Amino acid sequence: MPKKGTKSTKGTDDEPQQQQNKLPDHLELQRTRVICKAGAPTHTEGFQYSGAYAAMGVDTSVSVDKFCMNFKVEVKRLTEDDMEFDMIGVDASIANAFRRILIAEVPTMAIEKVFMVDNTSVIADEVLSHRLGLIPLDADPRLFDYMSENDVPNERNTIVYKLHVSCQKGSPRLTVKSGQLEWLPEGSQLNMAAPAQSGNKQKTYTSFSQSQKDISKESLGVKFKDITIARLGPGQAIELEAHAVKGIGKVHAKWSPVATAWYKMLPEVVLLKEIKDDDAEKLVKKCPVNVFDIEDLGNGEKRAVVTKPRSCTLCRECVMGPSEEQVRLTRVRDHFIFTIESTGALPPEVLFTEAVKILEEKCERVISELS
Amino acid sequence: MEHGSVTDSTASSFSIMEEDHTLANSVRFVLNQDPRVAFCGYSIPHPADNKVNIRVQTTGDSAKDVLKDSLQDLMVMCQHVRGTFDTAVSDFRQNKTAEGMDIDLNKKK
Ligand code: SF4
Repeated sequence: MPKKGTKSTKGTDDEPQQQQNKLPDHLELQRTRVICKAGAPTHTEGFQYSGAYAAMGVDTSVSVDKFCMNFKVEVKRLTEDDMEFDMIGVDASIANAFRRILIAEVPTMAIEKVFMVDNTSVIADEVLSHRLGLIPLDADPRLFDYMSENDVPNERNTIVYKLHVSCQKGSPRLTVKSGQLEWLPEGSQLNMAAPAQSGNKQKTYTSFSQSQKDISKESLGVKFKDITIARLGPGQAIELEAHAVKGIGKVHAKWSPVATAWYKMLPEVVLLKEIKDDDAEKLVKKCPVNVFDIEDLGNGEKRAVVTKPRSCTLCRECVMGPSEEQVRLTRVRDHFIFTIESTGALPPEVLFTEAVKILEEKCERVISELS
Repeated sequence: MEHGSVTDSTASSFSIMEEDHTLANSVRFVLNQDPRVAFCGYSIPHPADNKVNIRVQTTGDSAKDVLKDSLQDLMVMCQHVRGTFDTAVSDFRQNKTAEGMDIDLNKKK
């Protein structure tokens, strides 16, 4: 890393004649690429300080305007529950913030409390409860509030599910699937205490003042109906009520809205010289994911070309051995291939916008605290 | 929240509760782009503590104002990211319906 003090040496005359605002090629390469050699990658660490090249009269800082001009997003794949897009012109620190927020701080609903009425199955109560917690629910968390310690469970912060299954004596073993969890839009059906003398309505574990059907147009079931929860032998039964609340992945992974969210830097494969005939064939064979292809030059000559750099896994097979000098492998430092796999509560594109909003909220919070 | 010397407002450490690398690293990036910043860095004193310390030293302006400006910049960047992302998604959807089929050029593997 260059010392910051070099800033003041701007304009000394032993510098080679520099074009304004352009670094010499080798420095530009170091600045914008991670270079992958056969041994180990080099220049992995970016230059954080915007004045790092100020001595050469080059301003590499990223002002907001510059950022807004250069930032690009290209969606490559978008399905109901996963997406891949390119995020171009952004620093790793910000891309990483989005990734971290996606995994740990975008809220979802998950089962948090389980009221066990009966469980004679072989699976222990706590294990069963844990399994229930991990089931992805098809409920939009934006419709709900967080439940804090002193809150009473109501229709705005709790979703109630019931599970009542039993396996008759003499029948074969039964598999309990997540689809058998039944959503109770009117709230809990379990009474808190033994029936009172008077004919009053019993107090249950939730106090819903309206049906959840009025809050959510869609039914708040489970996302996947075929997840095995338990297996019951003849004569065994499970009866329980499960309460789902809103939470974030930081507290428990069951609230994480993504199966994974990850990014990688765009691989760049450059042929440093013309590779022909046999060497070309060899090179094409070396790559396990077929990044290279052969181009026919006519008159019996063949040449290797890079056709699919995007699928390069940077296994570095092509730079091993004698071909080391032929191929240059780099990664583009500010080009991220971002992938989001949603667990189902929200579609991936919504998850990403939510994540960005959360980062904004964080900034806002700190600004107001500083004021 | 703010520990700095009383006499010198150009250098301060800010201790932010309930935050981690997510915010601190992004803010450090934005701070580093600001020509008024002479030095900045952050640390999490202990992984069990839910807080992060951000150090800002400036060339003359108040460190607090510079940090605030950086946070403001980060917010503007986020808004831009959100806008760009939304347009990209709707463009993608439109193209897809125009093509009428699911061509996945960049599918890996
Ligand atoms: S690094 Fe591996 S995957 Fe990438 S081009 Fe070379 S051989 Fe192919």
